[in-house]
Amino acid sequence: MMRGMNAGVSAIKAIAINTFKEAVRNKILYNLIFFAVLMMAVSLVLDQATIGQRNKIIKDFGLASINLFGVIIAIVVGISLVYKEIEKRTIHPLLAKPVRRSSFLFGKYLGILLTLVIEILLMSFFFFLLVWLYEGGFDSYLLIAILMIFVELSVIAAVAIFFSSFSTPVLSGMFTFSVYVIGHLTSFLKDFGASSGSAIIKQFTHFLYYVLPNLERFNLKTHAVYHLPIEIGQLLFSILYGLLYIMIVMLFAVLCFERRDFK
Amino acid sequence: MTPAIEIKHLTKKIRSGFLMKEVMALSDLNLSIPPGTAFGFLGPNGAGKTTTIKLLTGLSFPTSGEALIFGRPVSDISVRMKIGFLPERPYFYDYLSGTEYLHFCGELFGMTRAARNKKITKLIELVGLKEKAGEQLRKYSKGMLQRIGLAQALINDPELIILDEPMSGLDPMGRKQVRDIILHLKGQGKTVFFSTHVLSDAEMICDQVGIIVQGSLQSVGDLETLLSPKTCSIEVSIKGVSESALSLFKPMASSTKIADEGYVLRIDDAGILPKLLALLQAEKVQIVSIIPHRETLEDIFMEEIRGRQS
Ligand SMILES: Nc1ncnc2c1ncn2[C@@H]1O[C@H](COP(=O)(O)OP(=O)(O)OP(=O)(O)O)[C@@H](O)[C@H]1O
Ligand SMILES: [Mg+2]
Repeated sequence: MMRGMNAGVSAIKAIAINTFKEAVRNKILYNLIFFAVLMMAVSLVLDQATIGQRNKIIKDFGLASINLFGVIIAIVVGISLVYKEIEKRTIHPLLAKPVRRSSFLFGKYLGILLTLVIEILLMSFFFFLLVWLYEGGFDSYLLIAILMIFVELSVIAAVAIFFSSFSTPVLSGMFTFSVYVIGHLTSFLKDFGASSGSAIIKQFTHFLYYVLPNLERFNLKTHAVYHLPIEIGQLLFSILYGLLYIMIVMLFAVLCFERRDFK
Repeated sequence: MTPAIEIKHLTKKIRSGFLMKEVMALSDLNLSIPPGTAFGFLGPNGAGKTTTIKLLTGLSFPTSGEALIFGRPVSDISVRMKIGFLPERPYFYDYLSGTEYLHFCGELFGMTRAARNKKITKLIELVGLKEKAGEQLRKYSKGMLQRIGLAQALINDPELIILDEPMSGLDPMGRKQVRDIILHLKGQGKTVFFSTHVLSDAEMICDQVGIIVQGSLQSVGDLETLLSPKTCSIEVSIKGVSESALSLFKPMASSTKIADEGYVLRIDDAGILPKLLALLQAEKVQIVSIIPHRETLEDIFMEEIRGRQS
């Protein structure tokens, strides 16, 4: 039994590392260059602005860019690295080995997270370097915002895996992107539904509110830039909420994946 | 003894396309393969070979019926410790080198690094990829992919090796090497289950064959019993014979074909060969060649398909 468990852990680890290798060797991280160029261009343009203003804009813009690049990577990598295994049939010899389908998905997910961690670390390094150049210091508030961006990306990657466990990449991409967009609007939609007066709209917006992730929870960018107070309890709750959401989405992904026939 | 593979009433319907049209890919397959057998699974394109193999390896699920491997249902994941599998037209992670890929496969079995190193060196030797093992798989030819595929199927020293068209895409040398590897595995007492539509490959290595056409098993058995009841036929090629002389031999032959500068007489009963030869000599007919034809799997195969279609 112990042996079996070790083999399971070893398989998940192998799949995760292999997934990360694929992302690196297929040069997915090259988009970082765009991030660097974009940040540099913006900071040069802003050289004219007044100093206080300029630093805030750079922070604002930097966090937004890290977020946006991260979301794109999470969606692209989350979908393509699962889908390719199925489409190119590399999964066939793998599943004929003592690897549970849940282990496969879990390994893939961890590999994608690893890719996102590296991506975010590199972007953050560049970002902090720039902030340091302009402001001459290290702003730890920014770090909290970036941590929460990572939680958001983890949720999105799980959603991407969920969709690609049963759907085509194009549809999965559209669905995941919709979840991302609507996920930032759920509170707004719920209020809108409540005040609309129509029972159907109210129920629908409530449904969205509870089913889709409330991604605004993870948005601390404004707090970080303007040093607004962040409640530690709220922060921990948001992280817990993210973890729970990921677990539930992955559970559904496994359920879809378990019964699937491979072509 | 527990059979290596036991298939009971295995049926697979596949729904596909926009209208979800149902295809009967496999219907009521029954098969029992004792351990140590080299089993050739024969059938034309679209017969249901790959469908069967996917059901055996847990890549798809049966509509009804069940498959057991060494007495345990294929859904039991521990069964796969004992299986090696080479998919049809295999494709592997093209950004890994051959060695890296084999390490990856070994890790999936929970093998230690030392165990992997030892095994991989042996396997690379066995499949003849020594020079190419360090190169990325994207630079491999079709035949080389087939070989690395064979190596990954053997990484766990499996008791049962399932190969879906292991010879396809290989040159004559490669085919021979794969044949030798299968014979080598058989020699070690392993069970080999492989599909093919190239009959001569099966003829050379199989103890048993099963013939499947349009999703149902037509016949199964030892090669000898499948082949022996049919008598051999003999083809006698002759030259320099006049029309009138030909009419003397014609009744003895089951068929007469015109060949360049002469004829080919086919006789179904070896017993009349001496009589025919004596007659030919008496008529001063030049005998070009005498070729005995054992009935091949090809013939059985064609019969099965014809029987099925009519
Ligand atoms: N994914 C699928 N969608 C629709 N039909 C399928 C699918 N897979 C298999 N089939 C059908 O099932 C039947 C059996 O196919 P299978 O792939 O098992 O044949 P095969 O014996 O392996 O043939 P080949 O020698 O060409 O590999 C065929 O009629 C095929 O059209
Ligand atoms: Mg096939």
